[in-house]
Amino acid sequence: MSEYNFAYLDEQTKRMIRRAILKGLAVPGYQVPFASREMPMPYGWGTGGVQVSAAVLTPDDTFKVIDQGADDTTNAVSIRAFFERTAEVATTTSTEDATVIQTRHRIPEVSLQEGQILVYQVPIPEPLRFLEPRETETRKMHALEDYGLMHVKLYEDIARHGHIATSYAYPVKIEGRYVMDPSPIPKFDNPKMSDNPAIQLFGAGREQRIYALPPYTQVVSLDFEDHPFEASKPDQCCSLCQSTTSYLDEVIVDDSGKRMYVCSDTDYCAARVRKQAA
Amino acid sequence: MTPLLSVRDITKRYGTFVGCADVSFDLFPGEVMGIVGESGSGKSTLLNCMAGHLTPDTGEVLYDTRVDGQRDTVQMSEPERRMLGRTDWAFVHQNPRDGLRMGVSAGGNVGERLMAVGARNYGDIRTKATDWLGRVEIAPERIDDRPSTFSGGMQQRLQIARNLVTGPRLVFMDEPTGGLDVSVQARLLDLLRGLVRDLGLSAIIVTHDLAVVRLLADRLMVMKSGHVIEAGLTDQVLDDPQHAYTQLLVSSVLQV
Repeated sequence: MSEYNFAYLDEQTKRMIRRAILKGLAVPGYQVPFASREMPMPYGWGTGGVQVSAAVLTPDDTFKVIDQGADDTTNAVSIRAFFERTAEVATTTSTEDATVIQTRHRIPEVSLQEGQILVYQVPIPEPLRFLEPRETETRKMHALEDYGLMHVKLYEDIARHGHIATSYAYPVKIEGRYVMDPSPIPKFDNPKMSDNPAIQLFGAGREQRIYALPPYTQVVSLDFEDHPFEASKPDQCCSLCQSTTSYLDEVIVDDSGKRMYVCSDTDYCAARVRKQAA
Repeated sequence: MTPLLSVRDITKRYGTFVGCADVSFDLFPGEVMGIVGESGSGKSTLLNCMAGHLTPDTGEVLYDTRVDGQRDTVQMSEPERRMLGRTDWAFVHQNPRDGLRMGVSAGGNVGERLMAVGARNYGDIRTKATDWLGRVEIAPERIDDRPSTFSGGMQQRLQIARNLVTGPRLVFMDEPTGGLDVSVQARLLDLLRGLVRDLGLSAIIVTHDLAVVRLLADRLMVMKSGHVIEAGLTDQVLDDPQHAYTQLLVSSVLQV
């Protein structure tokens, strides 16, 4: 074993984080404060997610990291390497094989299973933050279920753009109680959160908050009766695997503005391409 | 007849300093009560105690709720009081910036109270907001403009529309005409008087402007150093002031 304690954090810290996670699971959608630690990476790179992953990892786990759907971008590569070095756990890029998946801003296209844990990196856990800057007031609003303001934001969207233009970090209501920020996942992914067999954990390092969704939790995206929620994506198909159902990234490929659409979930896309080649 | 609001021995101290002391009165449905006094006389403290923004040290504020009859709002739970605050009550601040959301369009400002009590149909909210903007003489095409682009008078009217959209029965007003020039003040007073009469609202108006209470209020309370020193019908108090301070107040009004 290396000179690191298993998964970098000391045992007391992991215990403290696990207590916060358990409380979060007991009160789905409620933001549990925790004593976030300084991690060897900058805030905004997933310090919250890393601490939650460190607290739930066991030596037998298989670990996967997604950054905006991709397994091979800086954030994903460095966090995967971090846990390979400090926890010596097996890592994978395959969604099916992973037991703990840390994600930045996407939910995998392949449905998750019971026993899997999805850890989200959250920049700003408070869904009401840009509407009400006072923390004392937002806490009170959560406590009293005073969520009219959230709809004011959606109203403003429709008044200005003719439709609900919020396309990521789309607010959701958990089991008819807490309004929660699903972290900046595209609203295309919102329906996947509901009734999901996996455990979903959310860690915000700088903001020192953890919240969670136990398996099979009801998650409803907020909307108006005459402007219902719509899980939108580009109306194209992936130019690599021809998928029409997965969430697509728009990539500009030359200076004259040519563009192509590719799956944002690289593992899903690559698996489809392999299958088609076989 | 049950009073709509019944205030009993309200006292609020800030440390050893007295905000307001032993204030009691009844407000009946459809009645407009004026509270006048100089700066620091405890008018706003009293208003905030009644509206639930401050907790009085002693005393009761009995409100005749639609469902349960008379309830002491001081003893009410916070969610109940908040619910009351956004359905049956309205609070018009002196500075419209305190009562409006400056970053949200006029329509959103008016619609907020509707959405807070569960309205979830965009079309309905929009129709109601347009209707209320019309009632307070704001052009409907300005519905998507932010209040920061409005003049002071328009902001104040928008604040009134935002408060009245849920059909409250009791309106608290803290210097509603303060900071407006006289012609705009006159139009706002006209508008307020019309709304109060048409909707049968009860109102409590705190002001230091005797002309405002002369126009709007049925009854008047004069406060000094936290105590009510004189109360009665508006015309009676203003035309025949008994207390030395009220006499001073009435005689110091500038005549043009």
